Amino acid sequence: MSAPTPEQLHDVRLHVNGSVHEVQVPARRLLSDALRHDCGLTGTHVGCEHGVCGACTILVDGRPERSCLMLAVSAVDSEITTVEGLTEADGSLSPVQQAFSDCHGLQCGFCTPGFLTTITAGLAENPDPTEDEAREMVAGNLCRCTGYQNIVKSVLRAADIGKEARS
Amino acid sequence: MTTKLFGTKVPRVEDQRFLRGQGRYVDDLLTDDPRLLHAAVLRSPHAHARIVDIDVSEVLDLDGVVAVWTWEDLTGPMAEPLPLLIPHPTLTHGRTQYALAREEVNYVGEAIAFVVAVDRYVAEDAVARIRVDYDHLPPVVGIAAARAAERTVHDDVPDNVGARMEQENGDARAAIAAAPHTLTLDLDIERSACTPMEGRGTVARWDPDTSRLTVWSSTQTSTGVRGCVAAKLELDLAKVDVITPDVGGGFGVKVVHPWPEELLVPLAAKTLGRPVKYTEDRREHFISSAHERAQEHHVEVGFDDDGRVLGLNVEFWHDHGAYTPYGLIVPIITSTQLLGPYKPQNYRVVFESLYTNTVIVTPYRGAGRPQGCFVMERTMDAIAAYLGKDRTEVRSANFIQPDEFPYEHGLVFQDGRELTYDSGDYPASLAKLKELVGWDEFEEFRAEMAAQGRRVGIGLACYVEGTGVGPYEGAHVHIETSGRVKVATGLTTQGQGHQTAFAQIVADTLGVRFEDVEVTTGDTRKMPYAVGTFASRAAVMSGSAIHLAALRAKEKALRIAAEALEASEDDLEIADGVVSVKGTDASIDLGTVAVLSNPLRYAFDEASKAATQFSVGDPGKPPVAEDDEPGLEGKDFYSPPRSTFANGMHAVIVETDPDTAEITILKYAVVHDCGHLINPMIVEGQIHGGVAQGVGGALYERMAYDESGQLLNASFMDFLMPYVTEVPTTIDIDHLETPSPLNPLGIKGAGEAGVIPSAAVFAAAIEDAEGFPITAMPISPSELFELRLAHADEPQPHQPIPR
Repeated sequence: MSAPTPEQLHDVRLHVNGSVHEVQVPARRLLSDALRHDCGLTGTHVGCEHGVCGACTILVDGRPERSCLMLAVSAVDSEITTVEGLTEADGSLSPVQQAFSDCHGLQCGFCTPGFLTTITAGLAENPDPTEDEAREMVAGNLCRCTGYQNIVKSVLRAADIGKEARS
Repeated sequence: MTTKLFGTKVPRVEDQRFLRGQGRYVDDLLTDDPRLLHAAVLRSPHAHARIVDIDVSEVLDLDGVVAVWTWEDLTGPMAEPLPLLIPHPTLTHGRTQYALAREEVNYVGEAIAFVVAVDRYVAEDAVARIRVDYDHLPPVVGIAAARAAERTVHDDVPDNVGARMEQENGDARAAIAAAPHTLTLDLDIERSACTPMEGRGTVARWDPDTSRLTVWSSTQTSTGVRGCVAAKLELDLAKVDVITPDVGGGFGVKVVHPWPEELLVPLAAKTLGRPVKYTEDRREHFISSAHERAQEHHVEVGFDDDGRVLGLNVEFWHDHGAYTPYGLIVPIITSTQLLGPYKPQNYRVVFESLYTNTVIVTPYRGAGRPQGCFVMERTMDAIAAYLGKDRTEVRSANFIQPDEFPYEHGLVFQDGRELTYDSGDYPASLAKLKELVGWDEFEEFRAEMAAQGRRVGIGLACYVEGTGVGPYEGAHVHIETSGRVKVATGLTTQGQGHQTAFAQIVADTLGVRFEDVEVTTGDTRKMPYAVGTFASRAAVMSGSAIHLAALRAKEKALRIAAEALEASEDDLEIADGVVSVKGTDASIDLGTVAVLSNPLRYAFDEASKAATQFSVGDPGKPPVAEDDEPGLEGKDFYSPPRSTFANGMHAVIVETDPDTAEITILKYAVVHDCGHLINPMIVEGQIHGGVAQGVGGALYERMAYDESGQLLNASFMDFLMPYVTEVPTTIDIDHLETPSPLNPLGIKGAGEAGVIPSAAVFAAAIEDAEGFPITAMPISPSELFELRLAHADEPQPHQPIPR
């Protein structure tokens, strides 16, 4: 085996939840790892590292992305939102977070951040989903605890909370 | 008066931190500690091989690598095999692996070397540079190969049989021989696994100043891990603390301990003097944690014209993988819980537990019960089909009746105690289920659907679940001078909402506000005596212990308050944290009672000022009476004589596509009896999750090993865990509450219930839709399609079997 070469580090400026994080990372560092271990934002969870489970879903410029399928160096020009950034400015829960509490949409809480970000983006696009659309909205995320029925309810409840807030 | 919280849908206190991304799971810990090191494991790529040589010479050259261990570097107890946690007299050939493989590997994924580096990426680079020379050995994969024993897993186990166990009540074979009717069935279940969203993980920190080791592990038993770490690292128990932080699901796999990494991480932390973290990745979870479920069963049953079982003889073969660290718990549970709500007059069961060159098998939610339920319920359906009777009638003919409790089966359960059911009302449960699913109206529905060219079927399955196994759990309740109540119990939590359910119990028992109660689980510093969270035991065991401990604290509070208020204890009541004399304005806060309970020397704040020895008590007596102790606390343990038996019945209506054989769930109904419900919202959540896991196990999930012992689907791309699109859109749930007489709250466990009858109920419904027997689960559309072809030349295809 060839002699190892020391890894080149890159200065990366990540914009996360309205704050700037200056981190030094190798090119191969996953965005999920950079957020968790370099920025200390451990709310984003890693469930499979191959883009299937959705636990690590974050919002990149408002769009849901799997942070385990992105490199930190490729996120420099983006505005990132993690679960920590979903909470309202006054510290209260966002409509989606509140809905999960109201509907028992979570148990162990490990997959929850990925659902919260996914649904936040989904409701931004479709604020008044039908039940089928609510189901479709979460159809790319895995949960092993809840059986999903209460997650679908949470989507509809979040839409209702959003409507109440707008009216 | 404080509102009673027991039995109400109290929102979970855990949710606040989880929803804000403020949960703390093992991999979240010490992330800002610059001294933290990360571990990676070299795992065997072969199912069966001798290790000729391990060359690690290229590893330490790598920038950032700190240390590497192989078996040769281990000493003392660490170099010995891992413990066989639950020995049994019939486990005559128990074998366990080493923390790092010594000379031989017996499954793909077995740990061989352990590398510690500055980050996980570098540690994995290092693992890739380790060269191992193997002598390949022929692998044993699957139950048929294990039974044939043409090849062996362990040289000194020539027939691959780790254990053979037999139990009998009555004379089953004679009863079958004498019965008016007999049937034989062969019934198989494949491998699956818990697959929690969070894998295993361990962090350890050695403190050289205090010579103390702190271990954080995503375990279902922190006290178990503590005992193992202390024994293996030759440390005094008092020098080891194990803390289980938030855990991202367990479902059984995390009760196994010590995992190799659970010992190697503390060893590395102590050796290197720096904190070390290991976090399992998803592929590792598939190939190096644990699986379950694979069993093959042969049934002989004799019955009368009413379908009453007169004799039942079951032989089965259990695939326990390469090693037996968790003993025989799974097959023992199958062999005893197979009986469900029925009372066969004569029952014999024999099993062999077999070695294969695959991942170890340990309890997965349900733990042998799904297989047992499948066997018994398939047998009931076969009897009904044979006699041309309604399937519910045959079950009714075999039910244990409500007036027959406690019912003794004449067998020994997994906890070593008599298999004795404490309570239940199976006829009432069945009546509820028939109503809920529309059993009596189903033929009409079938005809309507048939008129549209659609094919539907209905199935039901009943189970009884031994929950709340011993030996014990404990609790400590401490009322602080602020009036806030701190509660500690030693078992761990993985998403069941224990902090909420236990706080409900304390609030009710003590008469304090729910918001004032804070519950800690799984921290050996706060409660060093505990067993763990498994076998649907947490609510029964710790719930009862917490209730008893709170009663003790309450007793003391009333005694002190009675003295302070110059009233009789009988005239006092506690509500919202205030003790008052009934019918008067005289009252005292519990916090003040706590002040009075603890005479102090020093006044460090207002509350303590009121408690100095100069202001409380009778100066003629000792400040703390001879038979008393300072503080307002209660501690107690709950240890039941035997398990308490929950039960339930599920029914499902499925549609099978006549062309594609796709299986669609149209209706799913559950009747569940777990005694009194502490929090119905949490119980229903447990059922939802169990049903989803059951759907996975019945229709999608399997471990696809090839003949060389490679797991072909070790990823979420290929192991088909259900998404929302695969589960029933709604589950109709009805509860029956027959309280357990064995604990003070009348509760039974609920955690595993949802998953137990799934294979049985889906097999029954698909069989009903298709008209031919379903004898092996899980079943995929392509397998159903093949079965249709195999049965195509039978007369009148798809004629529903008699109901």
